[in-house]
Amino acid sequence: MGRLSVKLCGIELSNPVIPASGTFGYGHEFAELFDLNRLGTFSFKGTTAKPRFGNPAPRIAEASAGMLNAVGLQNPGADAVIAQELPKLAKIFHKPVIANVCGFSAEEYAEVCAKLDACPQVGWLEVNVSCPNAHGGGMSFGTDPAAAAEVTRAVKAVTTKPVIVKLSPNVTDIVSIARACEDAGADALSLINTVLAMRIDLKTRRPILANVTGGLSGPAIFPLALRMVWQVSRAVSVPVIGVGGVTSAEDAVEMMLAGATAVQVGAANLVDPRTCLSIIDELPAVLDRMGVQNITEIIGGAHG
Amino acid sequence: MKQSVFTGPEPTPLSPRMSRLRLLGDSSAIVRPGQFVSLALPGFFLRRPFSVCDWDASGFCIVYEQVGKGTGAMRALQEGDTLDVLTGLGNGFDLDRAGSAPLLVGGGSGVSPMLGLARRLLVRGAKPTVILGFGSREEVILREGFRLLGVTPLFTTADGSFGLRGLVTDAMGGLEPSFFYACGPEAMLRAVAEQCGADGQLSFDARMGCGFGVCMGCTRMTKSGPKRVCRDGPVFDKEEIVWED
Repeated sequence: MGRLSVKLCGIELSNPVIPASGTFGYGHEFAELFDLNRLGTFSFKGTTAKPRFGNPAPRIAEASAGMLNAVGLQNPGADAVIAQELPKLAKIFHKPVIANVCGFSAEEYAEVCAKLDACPQVGWLEVNVSCPNAHGGGMSFGTDPAAAAEVTRAVKAVTTKPVIVKLSPNVTDIVSIARACEDAGADALSLINTVLAMRIDLKTRRPILANVTGGLSGPAIFPLALRMVWQVSRAVSVPVIGVGGVTSAEDAVEMMLAGATAVQVGAANLVDPRTCLSIIDELPAVLDRMGVQNITEIIGGAHG
Repeated sequence: MKQSVFTGPEPTPLSPRMSRLRLLGDSSAIVRPGQFVSLALPGFFLRRPFSVCDWDASGFCIVYEQVGKGTGAMRALQEGDTLDVLTGLGNGFDLDRAGSAPLLVGGGSGVSPMLGLARRLLVRGAKPTVILGFGSREEVILREGFRLLGVTPLFTTADGSFGLRGLVTDAMGGLEPSFFYACGPEAMLRAVAEQCGADGQLSFDARMGCGFGVCMGCTRMTKSGPKRVCRDGPVFDKEEIVWED
């Protein structure tokens, strides 16, 4: 194991920096700029049972130190992902990938997970119960402990792969949701998804996003995400993946000190497609300055 | 797609609202007119996408309208400033379909890619007809650029203060082009596509997140399914387009 290696549910990652779902497609665009195998893994675009067009335009708005999106889970559906995207990905990425899954019922989550469970390329299933832009799906499961647990149980029943449940920050008590998912069998938790937000256009006096609301991501949400990673990692024993506004090696280290075993990088990929590589390249120097040999030593280090 | 650092002199004002910015650097990823670049602007989170007006081995130029804070900040750029730029984005126009007498139609800031397109069509021996539409005389840009190419565009202005009074479609009567290329507001694109009997390609504008095909922020429906304006476009074949009401 190298000094940046971490283990996520028994699978070794060469480094803890993971491009987050929805900001990395299926990797091909980034492969024009760098070898994807420099990454430990990545989480591919959220997949539903059927193809989805998503929400009407505009789907994107800017914010101070961040952005809003209301894409609404556009994806070609599980069958097309398995028949087309995964074989294409196999040619350029030779490590296990995280399959991000979303649905509109516990049965749909289980159906998609069962299909992806049969794909050897898929190392983990990341169950997205936190998309704020898919009406009647996604976040409606992640804002209630019983519903989140129900989806987790349904997915665990159809797969032997590790199940990561991706949590929403748009709740009163994220710890109770995290505990419910752990009790239902989740092997890891990733948090946070985007923060429900909106912008208004002064010229039209109307919401900028056609969906009215969208999910805020980017550096603006980093301290919020960090606080939730801290709270959840104290309360559960499964690994936590820290997500939300990470743009630098220092941010990644901060997330790990708060209790994250690995970090995901989202919005920053859209701005600088080399962000994950830069973080991986800079981590050793940050560890050197801290007098740390192996990055696993810092996980949860801030809890004392 | 390529990511590299460009340097530039300060922008040149072309009209009260439009400016031209020339940036020097590695332009090797720009291979077709109608492609675009995406600029990282200090102080703004998202990049800003701009159609390439023209390019050569030493760099490229863009023409942009000051519409928001981002383009406002671009006017403050000074000589020697450097910018992180993604180049070679989008598909661009297909020159092989031009035929001998293609029609090029640009409206407003959409006239920008027509200059680089006209230059490359001329090199191939085509005889393009160029129609450029604006609101009024003070908005007219790129006259000099086309003059240097030896092309005399037909100008239209909505208020009749320069060229033909009316819209670009009012200058299209009697033309039977071999193919057409258009870039401008969506209402203009639709009118041109509906009036012109020839096949053609149209370049669309969209609010983008990443600009290189991963965020699905700029998707529009086409007759062959959802397409990313930034990656599968911004140029679409006329027969593929589903017009939005």
